[in-house]
Amino acid sequence: MGAQVRVYKRRIKSVTATKKITKAMEMISASRIVKAQRQVDASTPYANELTRAVTAVATGSNTRHPLTTEVERPTRAAVLLITSDRGLAGGYSSNAIKAAEQLTERLTAEGKEVLPYIVGRKGVAYYGFRGRAVTQSWTGFTDNPTYADAKTVAGPLIEAVTTETAEGGVDELHIIFTEFVSMMTQTPVDVRLLPLSIDEATEHAEKTGAGKDQILPLFDFEPSAEEVLDALLPRYVESRIYNALLQSAASKHAATRRAMKSATDNAEELIKSLTRLANAARQADITQEISEIVGGASALADATAGSD
Amino acid sequence: MAAELHVELVAADRSVWSGAATLVIARTTSGDIGVMPGHQPLLGVLESGPVTIRTSDGGTVIAAVHGGFISFADDKLSVLAEIAELSDEIDVQRAERALERAKSEADDAAERRAEVRLRAVAGAH
Repeated sequence: MGAQVRVYKRRIKSVTATKKITKAMEMISASRIVKAQRQVDASTPYANELTRAVTAVATGSNTRHPLTTEVERPTRAAVLLITSDRGLAGGYSSNAIKAAEQLTERLTAEGKEVLPYIVGRKGVAYYGFRGRAVTQSWTGFTDNPTYADAKTVAGPLIEAVTTETAEGGVDELHIIFTEFVSMMTQTPVDVRLLPLSIDEATEHAEKTGAGKDQILPLFDFEPSAEEVLDALLPRYVESRIYNALLQSAASKHAATRRAMKSATDNAEELIKSLTRLANAARQADITQEISEIVGGASALADATAGSD
Repeated sequence: MAAELHVELVAADRSVWSGAATLVIARTTSGDIGVMPGHQPLLGVLESGPVTIRTSDGGTVIAAVHGGFISFADDKLSVLAEIAELSDEIDVQRAERALERAKSEADDAAERRAEVRLRAVAGAH
C-alpha cells in the first residue's frame, strides 16, 4: 500500500473516533434536555402560586417595602449573569455574556454602577481574563441546579438589595439568563427582578397562566401584610432565580446538542471526502504499479529481442 | 354536596399533593389556623410544622412543611413550601437519626426539621 493511502486511512480512522464521541455527546444532551424540561415544569406550580401571592400582597395592600419601591435616583445595580461551566455548546455562553455586556453598557450610561454576580465557569473566565472585578461567583452546578443552589445564589443578592445603598447595597437587581423557547431556539434575556414592578409580576403571571382574568380578592394577612411581604419577596427572588437556572440548564443542553449534531455532520462529511481521496490514491497506486509492470515487461522483452 | 376546598400542596421543585378537602390545619407564625370552605381570603406565613388536610372522602393527609406560605381564595387553598414531605414519604429511622445528630451538634434548625417530620408521622398513625 502506498504511503498516501496509509495517511488517508489513518485520518479516516481518527475522524471516525471523533464522530463517535460527538454522537454520544449529542445523545447525552438530548436526554438531558428532557430531564431539564421536566424540572422546569415541576417547578412551575410553586413559581405560579408564589407570583400570584406576591401580586396579591403588592396590589392588595399599601405596604411600602424596600424590595418593591423604586429609588428615585438609583446609583448601583447588581447584575446576575448565568453562563455554563463547560464549553462545547456553540454560542450559548458567549451570547449570554454579550447580553450582559449590553445591559452593563446601558446601566452605566444611565449613571449606575454595575456589580456583576456570575454563575458558571465560562462567565467567570471571561471576566477574569479581562481583569474585571466580580462581586461574587458560583460554579459547579449549572448542569443540574437544585433549589438549594438557587438559595445560595439568591442569599447574597437579597442581602445586597436590602442593604442601604450608602453602605454598599444596590438599588436594582437584574438577571440575565438564556430562555428556553424551544428545542431549536434559546434566547438570552435580561429581566429586572427588583425593585418589583407590579406590571411585570402581573405580566409574568399572565404569561405563565397563573393570573389570567382573575380579580384578586381582598386578602386577610396573617400575621400582617408587612411581615408576609418580608417573608414572601426573598422566596419570590429565589424561585425566579431557580427558574432562570433551570431554563439556562435546559438551554445549555439544547445548545450542546445542536453543536454536537453539527460536529457529527461535519465529521461525516470529512470521512466521505477522505474516503474519496483514499480511493483515488489507491487507484493511482494500482495504475502506477501496472504501468511499472508493463514497463518492466516491455523493457525485458526489448532486451531479449535485442540479444537474439 | 358539602362545600369543598381545592388544595394544592407544592414544594419548590415539585407538586406534593393536590385534591379536594374539607379542612386544612396549618401552623402560621401567630398560631395554628384551620381553613374550611368559605373562609375569607387569607395569606399567611407558615412556621415549620405539620399540615393536616382532611380530605373529602374522610381520609387524612399529613405533611411536614418547613417554612412557606398558605394562601386561600375562592375555595382554592395553596400551601407553598420550600420543602414539603407527606407523612408516608418520611423515613422515620432517618428522621430519628437526624434528630439525635442535631441534638448532639446543637443544630436548632436541623433539630426542628427532624422533630416536625417525626410529629407528622406520629400524627398520621
